[in-house]
Amino acid sequence: MKDAFGLPQSLLVLGGTSEIALATARRLVARRTRTVWLAGRPSSALEQSAADLRAQGADVRTVAFDALAPESHETVLGKVFAEGDIDMVLLAFGVLGDQAHDEREPLDAVRVAQTNYTGAVSAGLVSARALQAQGHGSLVVLSSVAGERARRSNFIYGSSKAGLDAFAQGLGDALHGTGVHVMVVRPGFVRTKMTAGLPEAPLATTPEEVATAVELGLRRRSETVWVPGVLRWVMSALRHVPREAFRRLPL
Amino acid sequence: MSAETVSVTGWGRTAPTAARLIRPRTYEEAVAAVRGCGARGGIPRGLGRAYGDAAQNAGGAVLDMTALDRVHVIDAGSGIVLCDAGVSLHRLMRVLLPLGWFVPVTPGTRHVTVGGAIGADIHGKNHHVSGSFSRHLLSFELLTADGEIRTVSRGTPLFDATTGGLGLTGVILTATVQLQPVQTSLMSVDTERARDLDDLMARLTATDDHYRYSVAWIDLLARGAATGRAVLTRGEHAPLDALGTRARRDPLAFRPAQLPAPPAVLPEGLLNRRTVGWFNELWYRKAPRARTGQLQKLSTFFHPLDGVPHWNRVYGRGGFVQYQFVVPYGREDTLRRIVRRLSERRCPSFLAVLKRFGDADPGWLSFPQPGWTLALDIPAGLTGLGALLDELDEEIVEAGGRVYLAKDSRLRPELLAAMYPRLDDFRALRAELDPRGAFVSDLSRRLDL
Ligand SMILES: Cc1cc2nc3c(=O)[nH]c(=O)nc-3n(C[C@H](O)[C@H](O)[C@H](O)COP(=O)(O)OP(=O)(O)OC[C@H]3O[C@@H](n4cnc5c(N)ncnc54)[C@H](O)[C@@H]3O)c2cc1C
Ligand SMILES: NC(=O)c1ccc[n+]([C@@H]2O[C@H](COP(=O)([O-])OP(=O)(O)OC[C@H]3O[C@@H](n4cnc5c(N)ncnc54)[C@H](OP(=O)(O)O)[C@@H]3O)[C@@H](O)[C@H]2O)c1
Repeated sequence: MKDAFGLPQSLLVLGGTSEIALATARRLVARRTRTVWLAGRPSSALEQSAADLRAQGADVRTVAFDALAPESHETVLGKVFAEGDIDMVLLAFGVLGDQAHDEREPLDAVRVAQTNYTGAVSAGLVSARALQAQGHGSLVVLSSVAGERARRSNFIYGSSKAGLDAFAQGLGDALHGTGVHVMVVRPGFVRTKMTAGLPEAPLATTPEEVATAVELGLRRRSETVWVPGVLRWVMSALRHVPREAFRRLPL
Repeated sequence: MSAETVSVTGWGRTAPTAARLIRPRTYEEAVAAVRGCGARGGIPRGLGRAYGDAAQNAGGAVLDMTALDRVHVIDAGSGIVLCDAGVSLHRLMRVLLPLGWFVPVTPGTRHVTVGGAIGADIHGKNHHVSGSFSRHLLSFELLTADGEIRTVSRGTPLFDATTGGLGLTGVILTATVQLQPVQTSLMSVDTERARDLDDLMARLTATDDHYRYSVAWIDLLARGAATGRAVLTRGEHAPLDALGTRARRDPLAFRPAQLPAPPAVLPEGLLNRRTVGWFNELWYRKAPRARTGQLQKLSTFFHPLDGVPHWNRVYGRGGFVQYQFVVPYGREDTLRRIVRRLSERRCPSFLAVLKRFGDADPGWLSFPQPGWTLALDIPAGLTGLGALLDELDEEIVEAGGRVYLAKDSRLRPELLAAMYPRLDDFRALRAELDPRGAFVSDLSRRLDL
């Protein structure tokens, strides 16, 4: 059960090797979380992530989960929920893709969309139904500022996150009053393996800062969280820049 | 019997969860509700004055007991009442005062049910003399997980598991309670100020035994030499001859005053260090340095907060945490340290309440034990509050104390067994009486009760 500060005792991470998710899990385990499920594509990295959290004192289990296999989500996630209440689901999987390459290879572009968007639609709906049956729980969705307004330099990823973001907002409204809380997290540039080697964007942040913002959002039962917080204002300004000018911005 | 899915919280308005709210109107409906409560079980609920998650049950059933509210028998000679568990103490006061009787124990609000009073084994300002509610409870009828109704009498394991058992042994349907005789509905109150915590503890220790009711309100925002400054209010039911001729014409009148409720939506951050600091300062200064024999209404003395319905809304959407603990006599060092830490942390807390407990009653999860108890409200949004309270818990456990579960919303489950040594007995009795888990609450899930 969550406590008065929205802190979960049990956590399910979808995308169990995500650096942002693991920083969040570490933070939550240090406070209240005792049971962690890491769902992801089987790998030594996944097992290592589990071992690290175990060393912190949590009871951790891994489960094979592929965002690109939505037909399996019901079964895979169903088994996790059958083992006991999940107080928080952190939907963290995602791929950045390679914009220039993906523009030339439409099927690769589609994989980005299928991972980030349709994979999340299916895993999100399956999780939401299970949480609703419990009558409580938080579904925390890692969206991105990239979805707020698609940019020339990464609109394939951006459009998939735009879809995810809109989906998660709608789901949050649909679940209003059911005891289930949906929180959309929109980080800017976060230094993780996903962005390794890319030129840093302004206001770049760390997985730990995202984790801190998630903890605060849980306490406040926020529906939207920007990391860092000033991005809320930056993006609402950028949103209103005319197309002509936006195209020419060095973003 | 109506049932709808609603979002439920305790009085502190934190951690909402959804449940099917069922309102039985007859004992038969209550039995049917327990038999049919489904995989996620059910939990009885009274007037929802528990601050945390004791009377909520995510995804399951919450049995609102307030429709079962009949006062069945009053023996006006011996002062014994038999009533439904959904009857409120407010209602009992209205009915009983004209007959010259008062409830044996009242919490800081009259708006609790008899079932809730038993489920939390509540204490009042008279604990040092009268013990907790269960001491005055002669017997009760309990609807258990098997759908049977049992009469439970004093001195049995089921009695001791249920008093303070937070609704987890079953649904109390009726209760027989021994009342307290009174000559008037007024209180004779002595007030004095204490300049700091040591002064306060000395005064309470020296003279508490002279009073049936005693409590002190501490200003936690006072720092330095004034840390723990407080106002003591102690009193006794006023005897008839203490009343003036006019009041004597209707000595048992009961007319509590009510202000309008604050609006449902209030701006966030209304309560901050500054506003609360002003309030506390004002309140300390307006208290007389020493005054004796002042006549007060029962409601003024016992239930000042009840004058403002829904006062919990002033804490805004984020809600608040009520923290109440007890540490044994001899561990005043721990109490001092905690008060100092809370003061230094500048918690925007309205007055904290300090009181001395007397002997414990046998309820396995009953909170009171001989020692000092402190209770305070803190906005849940205060940065670092969770970690601070975790640290205080450790000190309390180390001192042999405990926190009050009816007010809890955040305890680390690992500490529970150290605080409540009869926890294993409680779990064992539940496992036997309720093997399929018909009675479950968010609190029992969170703390693995
Ligand atoms: C302003 C204020 C002041 C307070 N002051 C004090 C105080 O001085 N001393 C003190 O001890 N407490 C105090 N409390 C706490 C309050 O007295 C207890 O939480 C009490 O249990 C609330 O009763 P309720 O009817 O609202 O029960 P709820 O809050 O609805 O339920 C409380 C518990 O009782 C159980 N319960 C309710 N009805 C039944 C039933 N019929 N059968 C079995 N179990 C049942 C529930 O399952 C739950 O576990 C205060 C609360 C407030 C808001
Ligand atoms: N880093 C940033 O700048 C940034 C900014 C905003 C938003 N985000 C979002 O935050 C989330 C986490 O990102 P991160 O920075 O922590 O990146 P990361 O460390 O690279 O994590 C991405 C995760 O997605 C998983 N994943 C990818 N494809 C999958 C599939 N088909 N099935 C299951 N899992 C799959 C990866 O698992 P494998 O180990 O199996 O590959 C990995 O666990 C992502 O959704 C990302 O879009 C990141």
